[in-house]
Amino acid sequence: MSVVTNTTTIGAIEAPSRRNTELALLAFAVVIPVFAYLNVGLAIDGKVPAGMAGYGLGLALLAGVAHLVVRKWAPYADPLLLPLATLLNGMGLVLIWRLDQSPRLIATSMRLYDSFSPDAPSQMMYSAIGIAMFVGVLLLLKDHRVLQRYTYISMVVSLVLLLLPLVPGLGTDSFGAKIWIRVGGFSIQPGEFAKLVLAVFFSGYLMVKRDALALASRRFMGLYLPRGRDLGPILTIWAVSLLILVFENDLGTSLLFFGMFVIMLYVATERTSWIVMGLLMAAGGAVAVSSFASHVQSRVAAWLDPFECLKTAPAGSNMAYACDQMTEVLMSFGSGGILGTGLGQGNSDLIGFAANSDFIFATVGEELGLAGVMVFLLLYGLIVERGVRTALAARDPFGKLLAMGLSGAFALQIFVVAGGVMGLIPLTGMTMPFLAYGGSSVIANWALIGILIRISDTARRPAPSPAPSPDAEMTQVVRP
Amino acid sequence: MNKPLRRVAIFCGLLILALLLRDNWVQFVRADELNSHPDNTRVRIERYANARGNIIVDGKPITGSLDSKDEYYKYKRTYTDGPMWAPVTGYASQAYDANQIEKIEDGILTGNDDRLFFDRTLAMFTGEKKKGGDVVTTLNGAAQKAAFEGLGNNTGAVVAIEPSTGKILAMASTPSYDPSSFAGYSGKDEKAWVALEKNKNKPKLNRAIREIYPPGSVFKVVTAAAALESGKVTDINAATDTPEPYNLPLTRVPMKNHASGCENASLNLALQVSCNSVFAKLGDEVGLAKMTEIAEKFGFNAEQFTPVRSAASVYDKDMERSENALSSIGQFNTATTPLQMAMVTAAIANDGKLMKPYMIDQLRAPNLDVVKQNEPEEMSRPVSQKNAQLLQQMMENVVTKGTGRNADLHMDGVKVGGKTGTAQHGEKNAKRPYAWFISYAKTAQGSPVAVAVIVEDSEGTDREDISGGGLAAPIAKDVMKAVLKSRG
Repeated sequence: MSVVTNTTTIGAIEAPSRRNTELALLAFAVVIPVFAYLNVGLAIDGKVPAGMAGYGLGLALLAGVAHLVVRKWAPYADPLLLPLATLLNGMGLVLIWRLDQSPRLIATSMRLYDSFSPDAPSQMMYSAIGIAMFVGVLLLLKDHRVLQRYTYISMVVSLVLLLLPLVPGLGTDSFGAKIWIRVGGFSIQPGEFAKLVLAVFFSGYLMVKRDALALASRRFMGLYLPRGRDLGPILTIWAVSLLILVFENDLGTSLLFFGMFVIMLYVATERTSWIVMGLLMAAGGAVAVSSFASHVQSRVAAWLDPFECLKTAPAGSNMAYACDQMTEVLMSFGSGGILGTGLGQGNSDLIGFAANSDFIFATVGEELGLAGVMVFLLLYGLIVERGVRTALAARDPFGKLLAMGLSGAFALQIFVVAGGVMGLIPLTGMTMPFLAYGGSSVIANWALIGILIRISDTARRPAPSPAPSPDAEMTQVVRP
Repeated sequence: MNKPLRRVAIFCGLLILALLLRDNWVQFVRADELNSHPDNTRVRIERYANARGNIIVDGKPITGSLDSKDEYYKYKRTYTDGPMWAPVTGYASQAYDANQIEKIEDGILTGNDDRLFFDRTLAMFTGEKKKGGDVVTTLNGAAQKAAFEGLGNNTGAVVAIEPSTGKILAMASTPSYDPSSFAGYSGKDEKAWVALEKNKNKPKLNRAIREIYPPGSVFKVVTAAAALESGKVTDINAATDTPEPYNLPLTRVPMKNHASGCENASLNLALQVSCNSVFAKLGDEVGLAKMTEIAEKFGFNAEQFTPVRSAASVYDKDMERSENALSSIGQFNTATTPLQMAMVTAAIANDGKLMKPYMIDQLRAPNLDVVKQNEPEEMSRPVSQKNAQLLQQMMENVVTKGTGRNADLHMDGVKVGGKTGTAQHGEKNAKRPYAWFISYAKTAQGSPVAVAVIVEDSEGTDREDISGGGLAAPIAKDVMKAVLKSRG
């Protein structure tokens, strides 16, 4: 940027772009996973892993491309988001590769499917697609406000995405949850993408309706109750999340969408009554569903006292399975202790087939210990913090709502997954963003980071210089 | 919109904080509880991750470790002469945990014990694989073999102790089991385990220390000791004032004698032919308090830790006079482990000093450094030296002239003392009686071995022929002979 040349007293204050900070942080974000990779290789085979150079170069290349794109097309973007996502993605790859080496998981796979294919290479490919997605978002979306135009299209798209798994022949039922669709040879989890599209819809819708929702209300028992017709959307969302829960057995996604909507509603209207109502409706829905969905009941039983439930649950039942998984996860965390067993030296693979997806955080807990888990939680916390900061800094309400919706959803997802895995709340079967194995998740989360970076770039971009004012002629100063 | 935004930001912060707190709770506060949870497979994985140390008898291992190439438990336990040594080693199974020495000394055997920390650290630097330490036992292979083969197909148990130290020399229990048969976790192992669990002869029960039996006449040795200690009898050859028939105190129930000539018999003769009336009356005269005191000094009413825990033998502290009289001849609810009777014999053979029985001599690090050496330890002095020698005189009399002739070793310079017992039990004594024999051998240097033998419900023997002298004494003799031979 050129130096301010005009002579008005109020000049555009140029915010530092911080691109070099980002580059330096990215270097750490690449080097740390590479060392972790080396660590796993040394722990398991006692020698430097063969793919080390390839892995390091691949990760550095992806990070470098992402950085260059940001430097060129979003120069004022937040410098932390990209390195944080890269570090988490890189560590996720290392953890998945580490679980690929588990003789137990290999043997189980051989027994069940008569074949074993490592997941790390495909996760590497998904990461590349994810970063391509990130680049695509930055290239195509020059201004996030464009998304406002697609408010109602977003609604339709998100509903379609959410309901796709219910279409016969397309949706596949794996491990009790109907959240997958199969296209060609690929499984896609449409819910992950629906998260983004729904956030766009909510932002657009609430930006238009916020005044109606906030002001046209009656006061009742200390609460501002909205009018019936304004209550429509919230009831619809509540019903949709219940439908997802009931028909797709997906507790996590429904919780996430509902929570995201309530947060955005509150931010848009500044009315606490929405939160109270949201909580009441969530509680009502939870009670209603848990009273007849055995799937949810076993999760709750596994949460309350997994060890006890393991003894009382009938052998081979869904409940026994849920409880067994929960005890394994807890013992995995327990055996990590404060500093962990060290990468590659734990037994988190005892959890079974979902060790690298839903329960990958248990591997962090066991092999990196309390210290490692806290670092990961803080990394996620930082992403959320940068997202919220972007929302605060954004100048347009749409951008504010979108950034808040996305980072709120991200925070909720972290809480629901990590809380579920650590036994704080019932397990919901979602995956840790960037860390867990799964294409949809990685790609959608890279897109999420892309959108946040785009909003933050707009937010931090210096205001355009005011046009030179003809009044501001040079004042002649008489020097002695 | 910034105010609610800040609030939501705080809410998100609280979510992360809740996760951090929860993580500290799970990984710091509850870590130990979760790590030692019985359902935690890691304990077993760790137990079998490296070649386990061995249990050693006479300098040779009686256990081994086999690399099973399994993805869960790498090494599998093997046992040489499993059934013979099972009452000593216990088992270490990948599926069914471990017991006895395998469990108690798990830390040393796996190499995880804190005392091996230096060893482990050193191995880490030299790049050696982690190894487990060894447990060196006090057992005598020849004595164990004699005991196990002597019991043969009968149900029973043998315990042999070195009286001067308390070292356990043999501990056999039959029917036994082979711990190798379920050391793994395959279907075959499960089948073997279930079969053992269902077997009504309870092969997994360690009868030598975990089962309590009515002692019958062998308990008369304890009553004799109490009579001498309390001063009720000072001259073992003096006639006692015992009527024939003798009615139990405060009852009209006559005490039956299988032996003849018990009227006014001396203590010496009464032990030699095993008179019930004389001992019942002596027990009554000594009284419940003194009887209990002496029995407890011998180790009754307490669990023994060898370090494998034994069941507590019973001499009831709260009995009627008639019940005390019955208990004095080893009936009523008096019950004892074979280990307990071996301790009684050992205390007498050791001139009244009871040494604490133990079977682990030393714990060794993988590099053969001794981590812990157990030293003999005095447990109590149930009888004075003088009285102990009187008891020896009477017990030797039993072997030379009385019911215990089958145990006589006929070796020069070796004196053998013993006592037989035929313990009736069951409703109205209807079950087949137990054959007991306790004995010791003594040379000029002191007593090298004391043995207690019990043979339960021996099948194929006529009921009349079941007697301590006939069935149990030859086993005791073989064990004593084995010990004497191995001493040169």
